[in-house]
Amino acid sequence: MNKNAILSRLLQMVIVLIGISFLTFLLTYLSPGDPARNLFTASGIMPTTEQIEEARKMLGLDKPFFTQYKDWILNCLQGNFGESFMLHKPVTELLLDRLWPTLKLTIASAVLMLLFSVPLGVISAVNHNKPIDYLVRAITFFGVSIPNFWLGLMLILIFCVKLGLLPVVSSAGDFKSLILPAVTLAVAMTAKYTRQVRTAVLEELHSDYVIGARARGVSESKILWGNVLPNSLLPLITMLGLSIGSLLGGTSVVEIIFSYPGLGNLAVAAITSADYFLVQGYVLWVSVIYMVINLIVDISYNYIDPRMRLRR
Amino acid sequence: MDKKKNKFLSNKGFVLFGILAVIIVLIAIFAPVLAHGIDPTAGSLGDAIMPPDAKHIFGTDKMGRDIYARVLYGARISLASTFALVLVIFIIGTALGVLSGYFGGWVDAVIMRIADMMIAFPGLVLAIAVAGMLGASMRNAIIAIALVTWPKYARMARSLVLKVRHTDYVYAAIVTGSSTWRMLWKYMLPNTITTLVITAATDIGSMMMELAALSFLGFGAQPPAPEWGSMLNEGRDFMQSAPWMMIYPGAAIFITVVIFNMLGDNLRDILDPREE
Repeated sequence: MNKNAILSRLLQMVIVLIGISFLTFLLTYLSPGDPARNLFTASGIMPTTEQIEEARKMLGLDKPFFTQYKDWILNCLQGNFGESFMLHKPVTELLLDRLWPTLKLTIASAVLMLLFSVPLGVISAVNHNKPIDYLVRAITFFGVSIPNFWLGLMLILIFCVKLGLLPVVSSAGDFKSLILPAVTLAVAMTAKYTRQVRTAVLEELHSDYVIGARARGVSESKILWGNVLPNSLLPLITMLGLSIGSLLGGTSVVEIIFSYPGLGNLAVAAITSADYFLVQGYVLWVSVIYMVINLIVDISYNYIDPRMRLRR
Repeated sequence: MDKKKNKFLSNKGFVLFGILAVIIVLIAIFAPVLAHGIDPTAGSLGDAIMPPDAKHIFGTDKMGRDIYARVLYGARISLASTFALVLVIFIIGTALGVLSGYFGGWVDAVIMRIADMMIAFPGLVLAIAVAGMLGASMRNAIIAIALVTWPKYARMARSLVLKVRHTDYVYAAIVTGSSTWRMLWKYMLPNTITTLVITAATDIGSMMMELAALSFLGFGAQPPAPEWGSMLNEGRDFMQSAPWMMIYPGAAIFITVVIFNMLGDNLRDILDPREE
């Protein structure tokens, strides 16, 4: 990717973000709950009609839709995402507090995923259609079919309730409380990624240059480590980027099961109590992070694949 | 036709998982019979949280409802909503993709930019936000997941249409006066259908899990409906004292998803020889 390509990607990101922000804003606008009422009920007050009217004015809810949207966007651009009704704190502060735990969880499960899926995928591909390949495929099959919320609960049941090895509630934020949520998240991703590693390596193994190298008597291990693995790296990095993105977005279920203090947990609480600014802020933040990860992945091609550098 | 039939029947995996899938569907249809007439939403508090025994083979939940009956009836909700969801995504995605590929120009630009927007975004996050904002119900959960999944089908349908859009026989058909509707229906759609059916079949399992996940979070089916995801959520609080409340509904999701995933994979192997 050269400078122009990166610039056009950034422009695309801005367009997508405008679209996403509009969609989330529209959703909250159309949603049946009333933020002005929630402002009071969140603190246990039954508001009068006048109080609600006043709150609507204060929140700018009496203005037309597009004015509201414009005001909100301009504020967001200045880093002001509004204030949570539920927790009476700025949305930015709340999200920042929860960002690190969720990133920690995402990184931990991505590391677990890489540790298991790359060796398994390679072994499976090298032993194509042998017993070990079937075994790996069977395991990945169950991995993608097991609902992560059930897996999480069963892990708690076994390791926390029956064996008492790990804490049931992962709110402490120490290493021990990270283990089970990370494992739960990693299982499905590992299974998916193992399959992709296997497919990528298999594809390379069947390419002409490998056949040629074999014919010339180059040793199998040299072909594997010297050619096949480096060449199958590229598609795998794209998928890694996408996996990290979906891990980031998919943490809420696991965070809730383990009472983990992350973004997803906060978001679900915000949605349940119709805390609109918080929901909008969360959606925007996660999409920005997701897109930045994908951009970094695309840019990293430059350094990994020499073909990309020549294309300039 | 004879040859085609053999292609399906000679694939042992397809036959095996096809039969298992039919059994699951039959369980859903005959749930009242299999549950011996026990009402899945009625219970007596006197029977609350009873471990599995001869009378309640999967035990009872906190309201004294029979979990065996609830799991059986859960198959109805799960299958019906998943099939509805996949059908909605399939129809909307295919229709928009075919239109986009056939007409090109601004139609294509608008549809595909919207699709790009949805894809450049972690799906479950938006699905949760949509389902939560619209209000928790199974219908809204279906809308939410459909909203974030259709672009995948639209992109696929579009690229398949583009493969034939500028071929001579298509131009010949247009010149000889085939109506636009006929072009779409008879020339474009058939080119997309196989690939999209395969995709839909392989997606059934994951769509079922996503719906269950939304219900688990409280954004899908509402109590007292016997839905597997929401049963798991109710069982969560009784993990220590009554693990059967979460073991059976979870196992039901797992088994059903495995069967439909296997069926989809085998169907892909049969219809799409390119993949291994």
